[in-house]
Amino acid sequence: MGQKIDPNLWSDEAEPHLMGGRLPSGEVVFPMPQGDAAKNVEPYKLSRRGKLWSWTSQGFLPKEPYEGFGSGPGQGPPDFMPFLLGYIELPGEVIVESYIVDAKLEDLHIDMPMEFCIIPFNDTHDTFAFRPVAAAKEQAA
Amino acid sequence: MSENVYIIGAGIHPFGRTDERSGREQGVFAVREALKDAGLEWADMECAYGGSAAAGNADIMVNELGLTSLPFTNVANGCATGGSALVSAQMAIASGMYDLALAVGFDKHPRGAFNAKPADYGLPEWYGQTGMMLTTQFFALKIQRYMQLHGISRTTLGRVAEKAFINGAVTPHAWRRTEIDLDTIMNAPMINDPLTKYMFCAPAEGGVALILASEKKMRELGADGVKIAHVAVRTRPPDSFEVFQAGVSIKEGGKPTVLASKAAFEGAGMGPEDIEVAQLQDTESGAEIMHMAENGFCKDGEQEEWLANGWSRRGGKLPINTDGGCLACGEPIGASGLRQVYENVEQLRGRAGERQVIKPHGGAPKTGYSHVYGAPGLSAVAILER
Repeated sequence: MGQKIDPNLWSDEAEPHLMGGRLPSGEVVFPMPQGDAAKNVEPYKLSRRGKLWSWTSQGFLPKEPYEGFGSGPGQGPPDFMPFLLGYIELPGEVIVESYIVDAKLEDLHIDMPMEFCIIPFNDTHDTFAFRPVAAAKEQAA
Repeated sequence: MSENVYIIGAGIHPFGRTDERSGREQGVFAVREALKDAGLEWADMECAYGGSAAAGNADIMVNELGLTSLPFTNVANGCATGGSALVSAQMAIASGMYDLALAVGFDKHPRGAFNAKPADYGLPEWYGQTGMMLTTQFFALKIQRYMQLHGISRTTLGRVAEKAFINGAVTPHAWRRTEIDLDTIMNAPMINDPLTKYMFCAPAEGGVALILASEKKMRELGADGVKIAHVAVRTRPPDSFEVFQAGVSIKEGGKPTVLASKAAFEGAGMGPEDIEVAQLQDTESGAEIMHMAENGFCKDGEQEEWLANGWSRRGGKLPINTDGGCLACGEPIGASGLRQVYENVEQLRGRAGERQVIKPHGGAPKTGYSHVYGAPGLSAVAILER
């Protein structure tokens, strides 16, 4: 396991949760607000299960501040690894933007059941992702 | 009761890449063109509003244009910079304070997608570090869901781009001036699924200037003016889905475009059926499709029929993006919204040359609608009438 891309982005436990915030109104937000905006916002463990709301592919190397494969010294577009990303609706909570892993673009569809996971992001850091629930079961088997 | 306001001069510096001119020099070029169009001298201008997103302050233009001591206000409002400059100039005249005002926008961006900084948008660093802070992704994510919910096909996305390049080919100020066939558009490299390379606009350069006048001044000058029926700028309402959002509310919120559109129609005393030519923000093909519905010109899903039947082409019932829009002109942020207004001014005055829209009544369009959308969720709509 690498370092977390942000120390407070998900909880440290065997089955980690993405961290959001709960406003005094009861509304759940992601990400957890920072600075003065965090006042009266209670850290909130988001659901590990959700359903796919929308998706796309990232086919080109993003410019800085991107720190993934292809962005390092002496690296360039040939080192970039295209990835999938999307929005996952966590029922009753919030819709979060996330990497999507263990899935093919053509298999993705609205309301597809998805599960939270942690993935290596670059040589030193991990980030979070969601993967289809079926893929999660296969990996566990 | 506020004064009626007219656009009596319109100037543009061609969009695209102009290595030998800075962004501001392109703005100065546009101002000179607008002055020439209105038959005025720089010394006649009573006040000015302008700006850019990435090419510096506008008020320095007085170095080139002349030190006439006029009040020149810099506008820095992201994607709404041009729209906000127009609103400011319009209010300056509507209030009765001035009779002649300038609105100018220009820009010059490096090649490739915009690279925004998370801190500038109140976002945590990981959002940028992991490569999720890209405007292109937002547009793809928004149209992907929209296509699933409303039955829009990939071919329809392609047809929007095809139309843009058909229009760009006959537009002197456009950047992309060659038609591109549907197959080439559909089979081009995928940038963010479902959008291919030709379905996205690119950051570019350009400048636009508009000269606004009171009715009294227009008559005094005998100028060829187009009336500003209404301009509305709106920021996002609660629970909306916008560019650069790591988290979106599960409640379905409103949309800034819908709010700006309604306000502009109400202010102008018109409805979508009264509009004869429209320029809608087409950062990519999907944006034009969704903005057709958000601005009230069709219902969700009807775009499939519109594009298949060519209803938004130059000869269709509502020509949209008659100069090729952002897809063919590129997007210099500070100038882009004013380009749309420039295009409508030219169309309404019947001066659009090869790309002139001729309505069934036999003349140039009598009403023009323009709409710009940008980060972090704001829209500006301007309705012009002749």
